[in-house]
Amino acid sequence: MSKPKFAMYWAASCGGCEIAVLNTHEKILDVDANFEVVFWPVAMDAKYADVEKMADGEIAICLWNGGIRNDENEHLAHLLRRKSQILVAFGSCACEGCIPGLANLSPVHEVVDTAFSTVSTDNPQNLRPQPHYAAPEGEVRIPTLLPVLRTLDQVVEVDYYMPGCPPESHQIAAVLDLVIAALQGKAQLPPKGTVIGAGNSTVCDECPRKRNVKKIKAFGRIQLTEADPELCLLEQGIPCNGPATRSGCNARCPRAGAQCIGCYGPAEGVLDYGARLLSAFASVIDSNDPEEIDRILDGLVDPVGQFYRFNLAGSLLRASKAAWQEKA
Amino acid sequence: MADTAEPKPFEPVIIGFTCNWCSYRAADMAGTARMKYAPNVRLIRLMCSGRLDPTFVFKAFASGADGVLISGCHPGDCHYLNQNYKMLRRYRLMRRVLAQLGIEPERLKLLWASAAEGAIFAEEVSKFTEEVRALGPLNWNPDRGLQTADKVAVSPDHGPSSIEEVKA
Repeated sequence: MSKPKFAMYWAASCGGCEIAVLNTHEKILDVDANFEVVFWPVAMDAKYADVEKMADGEIAICLWNGGIRNDENEHLAHLLRRKSQILVAFGSCACEGCIPGLANLSPVHEVVDTAFSTVSTDNPQNLRPQPHYAAPEGEVRIPTLLPVLRTLDQVVEVDYYMPGCPPESHQIAAVLDLVIAALQGKAQLPPKGTVIGAGNSTVCDECPRKRNVKKIKAFGRIQLTEADPELCLLEQGIPCNGPATRSGCNARCPRAGAQCIGCYGPAEGVLDYGARLLSAFASVIDSNDPEEIDRILDGLVDPVGQFYRFNLAGSLLRASKAAWQEKA
Repeated sequence: MADTAEPKPFEPVIIGFTCNWCSYRAADMAGTARMKYAPNVRLIRLMCSGRLDPTFVFKAFASGADGVLISGCHPGDCHYLNQNYKMLRRYRLMRRVLAQLGIEPERLKLLWASAAEGAIFAEEVSKFTEEVRALGPLNWNPDRGLQTADKVAVSPDHGPSSIEEVKA
């Protein structure tokens, strides 16, 4: 009997998710033992045409990481959705846009200018990539950027969500175990739409730091603060995203002395991550005077970057007006 | 049908959040006293302005609102001690976030109105309506220019399109 087929694809992402999968160490051998890997561009040679030739639903499970930034990403999202029985939005980019989604603050031409015409770029003729180029050997085509980055579920239907930037390897291993057990009829998969490989609470719940009453008179930046290693970071005025962020990472960053930046995405039941976090921060500011409130808020130098670092594309507003208004 | 009709003049859609104890009573008073004010605001009653999750505001803008009004008891008058101060802080912070996303912060207004201030409520709603009218339609649409024909239906939590029906 042939093994179920496995695929993994990267769209607008950094490749860290693939490394996290390989970081499951010997668990990766279970993947090989239980699946036939048919498509995984970062790990093996395969052509899009091979996928196109497959029957619909031929791939048992596809882990998709990355947001939808260009027409190639979009084409592959539709293609792999059609060919896969289970499509998993794998990692923060696919779930909610992640760092590439922050480009939704800027119109495409600014994104391109930044990439090709800053002082660190050697581009004396100020050239720009052209989508079509007639080479002597034939026409060359590269993907076209879309006005904004979208999350996977804004483009196609998604079966499961696995958050994290990247997902923690022990969580990936647990999910792989579950899928393999389900394929052998020993376990049941959760209902469609479930967030897998993460907790149902917040990072604060897993954080060992001491918590008292939060009253903030000033926000500081962690690199300029000598923080008490035992005490809640937010209580010390360091903007820590733990209160709105889904648990599952075992509060890695706060344990290591760094603030949570929110890579596990919105906690269970949170519709808009940034709104929830904004609410939490505003509530603990210790002032009722509008002018003093504004002075304290000045300590949050980049509110959207703070509240939507990983979630802008997946938030309710999704992009800045300048970005979505630009003509494609 | 709608395509052939004359384009309608812009009427701002404003979502207003009022607290049960002061500002909703103010709106009620304006109504029972038959005061005239702009019909553009759709009021949603909360128990307290402190109940207002910023999600409500972002969802209103994402779903087609042109302006959002938040109204609560005067500072010091909150029925839940000091929750209207929390609203004040969220309001100041929300305006910063909206500005970064290219939404004029003036589209979000905070109004203190006691149960006796029906006239002030009516006057401020009319004033705010004209301010939003001057700013023009927001028409928030991050999907603009993208192919969404074969996109799956989004969950009801991700913003209804029914605001169009409200506008019609």
